[in-house]
Amino acid sequence: MSEEKRIYERDVITATISRLMIPFIQLFALYVIIHGASGPGGGFQGGVIFASSFVLYLVVFGLAAAGKRFPEGANTALMSTGVYLYAGVGLLCILISLGVAEYLNYGFIPLTHMFEENRALGMDLVEIGIGITVMAVITEIFFNLVWKKEEEEKEKEEPR
Amino acid sequence: MIIPIDLALLALIVIIALVAITVKDLLSAIMLLSAYSFLMAIVWVEMHSVDVGFTEAAVGAGATTAFLIAALTRTARWEKG
Repeated sequence: MSEEKRIYERDVITATISRLMIPFIQLFALYVIIHGASGPGGGFQGGVIFASSFVLYLVVFGLAAAGKRFPEGANTALMSTGVYLYAGVGLLCILISLGVAEYLNYGFIPLTHMFEENRALGMDLVEIGIGITVMAVITEIFFNLVWKKEEEEKEKEEPR
Repeated sequence: MIIPIDLALLALIVIIALVAITVKDLLSAIMLLSAYSFLMAIVWVEMHSVDVGFTEAAVGAGATTAFLIAALTRTARWEKG
């Protein structure tokens, strides 16, 4: 604990600036995900940008604080939630438009009363699913890379 | 698409790639790869492929650099030989 306090006190500038930057990075990631259908970007890019905000948080504030904000159980749940959302929209669409001679037209999902809006909402749901999974997986990879390192250091320090 | 800018950027990319594989300091190599990715993203955008450039900037210059530095903490910094 004292080690982390020392690191935090040493990096006042990076802590302040990243605390200021992280909400804007996440807002930009959400913008990229939502506007993926009509402009550059999409679920994958938005997910990577969202995950990079967590990577920034971990680099600046340390593993203990980041693990408290983004616990591993929730991370694992989010990984599969995105895939289920992604696959669920497609399966629902196939089941609903069973009699129609059109394959994977999201307009048939009855989310609103307008056909075009249903299609746009279906595309957005798919993008959100991709974004959630990519965000969780990239954060988990970085957490694991750092986690093993700190565990090994603890094991080295204990026998002394 | 402006040919002189393209040629200058691509020449810079080739130089950075050659330096990145010859340098002995692995942290410098990671930073050079990050610069390589960023210049590559500029080239994609300049060739009117904004989507690919976006992905290159987010993944190549952002996430991969962080992963490589995290991997570097588990090994030696200087290349042998």
